[in-house]
Amino acid sequence: MASRVAQGLCAYGLIVRMWMRSTLAYRTSFVMMTFGDFVATALDFVAIMLMFSQIEALGGFTLPEVAFLYGTSSVSLGLADLLFGSMERLGRRVRDGTLDTLLLRPAPLLAQVAADRFALRRLGRITQGLLVLGWSVSRLDVDWTVGRMLMVPLMTVCGAAIFAAVFTAGAAFQFWAQDAAEVQNSFTYGGNTMLQYPPTVFARDLVRGVTFVIPLAFVNWLPALRLLGRPDPLGLPGWVDFMGPAVAALMCAGAGLAWRGGVRAYRSTGS
Amino acid sequence: MLYTAVAAGSFRRYATYRMATVAGVFTNTVFGFIVAYTYIALWDERPHLGGYDQAQAVTFVWTGQALLASVALLIGGVGELQERIRTGDIAVDLYRPADLQLWWLSADLGRAALQLLGRGVVPMAVGALFFPLALPADALTWACFLLSTTLAVVVSFALRYLVALACFWLLDGSGLAMISGLACMFFSGMVLPLRVFPGGFGELAQLLPWAAMLQVPADVLLGARTGGSLLRGLAFQAMWGVLLLAAGRLVQSAATRKVVVHGG
Repeated sequence: MASRVAQGLCAYGLIVRMWMRSTLAYRTSFVMMTFGDFVATALDFVAIMLMFSQIEALGGFTLPEVAFLYGTSSVSLGLADLLFGSMERLGRRVRDGTLDTLLLRPAPLLAQVAADRFALRRLGRITQGLLVLGWSVSRLDVDWTVGRMLMVPLMTVCGAAIFAAVFTAGAAFQFWAQDAAEVQNSFTYGGNTMLQYPPTVFARDLVRGVTFVIPLAFVNWLPALRLLGRPDPLGLPGWVDFMGPAVAALMCAGAGLAWRGGVRAYRSTGS
Repeated sequence: MLYTAVAAGSFRRYATYRMATVAGVFTNTVFGFIVAYTYIALWDERPHLGGYDQAQAVTFVWTGQALLASVALLIGGVGELQERIRTGDIAVDLYRPADLQLWWLSADLGRAALQLLGRGVVPMAVGALFFPLALPADALTWACFLLSTTLAVVVSFALRYLVALACFWLLDGSGLAMISGLACMFFSGMVLPLRVFPGGFGELAQLLPWAAMLQVPADVLLGARTGGSLLRGLAFQAMWGVLLLAAGRLVQSAATRKVVVHGG
């Protein structure tokens, strides 16, 4: 087991390095794409700032508070997108049959698919999220004890694991649904958009859905509400706010099972 | 006649991507819900922001989701054309007894028509089911909206065609296409209606070509443009369409004079 994980990480590293060299061959384009990724997410925040140029609070939350939600969710998604985002291309490989090439290589399939066309430009999104997060932390009226300070990196890492599980489960789904790569965008990019706003904005059923069905609320809402000293709109017991790591582990395990099921169900094109 | 055949072929081609269409409808609908709730919160704080009431603001959200695929609001180029320029296949296209720009315009109109039906109708219907929307009751306004949407597709194509032609010089145009797509996303009103943008910045944004892609058709649909204002809106779209198509022709003639296909 341990050697297989090591082999997977090694293969992942090799493929990532290969794609980085290939990307840097078109240097101008790479700079533009990284800048583009930065701007793409920055525009979301510009929209929030434009909203706040007209109002004092949205759903009872001030701009630094919304920025905190925005920053934590963006960094989490950015990390997951950098490391696992390429998995959404799996459907294309299933369709055109090039997945068979990957299956023949002596390296774990998951590592190969995750590293496929590794896009370094996604650092743009992470950078932008970190900038907003830093700004919000400097503006928030929170008593920053050591525990609270540690909670911020912990929740972004757990959030990244949750999003990574969604990417993996979405890719596994494509073994059956091939052309449906866009569905997972609802949960990754769509989920990210939702988590950038306070939960008080949304209908209660929607908040229940992202807490109990697809537990994206653990990416940032629940821990962040605790940090900001806000009541959680569903009135869950206090310890739930700290369940992020457990939820992330569970989701990763579930995604791993889904992935296995998907690989087993795979039939090559034409057969 | 040739070009209607191209458009029809493109329409049929996109009709075969059924699973992708269903997935797209699902995603557009999810995003519609999320954004609609944030707009409701915003308009709760500031009723009549940008001259819209809350129902109009929510209608704007669902119009954006309905037109997203059809008007290609997040896409900055013409992917296939860029790929053909990069690989050199464009040389074959230039030999054909058809005009390059008209060929791709027809193909894009066929695609847009299918995606308006396939990816526009259902999200709008779901939106109307769950939120009170400000949709017009008379057929004439719907007809104006369709005309405005067609013009929006033409402007969108004309701009993306220009970006794609830049590949003749850049070879890899994905960076430029991305930046152009972002400008489109922001200045079309997809991120926030242009009427909500503050002061002079908002007025400037409403004069740019991207305003013709979502802001104008949405205003037509939700009744913020009637009478003379409606006609001015359509004329504004037509003007940008003609200007950008003309610019595309100029760049096209310059590009085809310099084309050197890899491999000699």
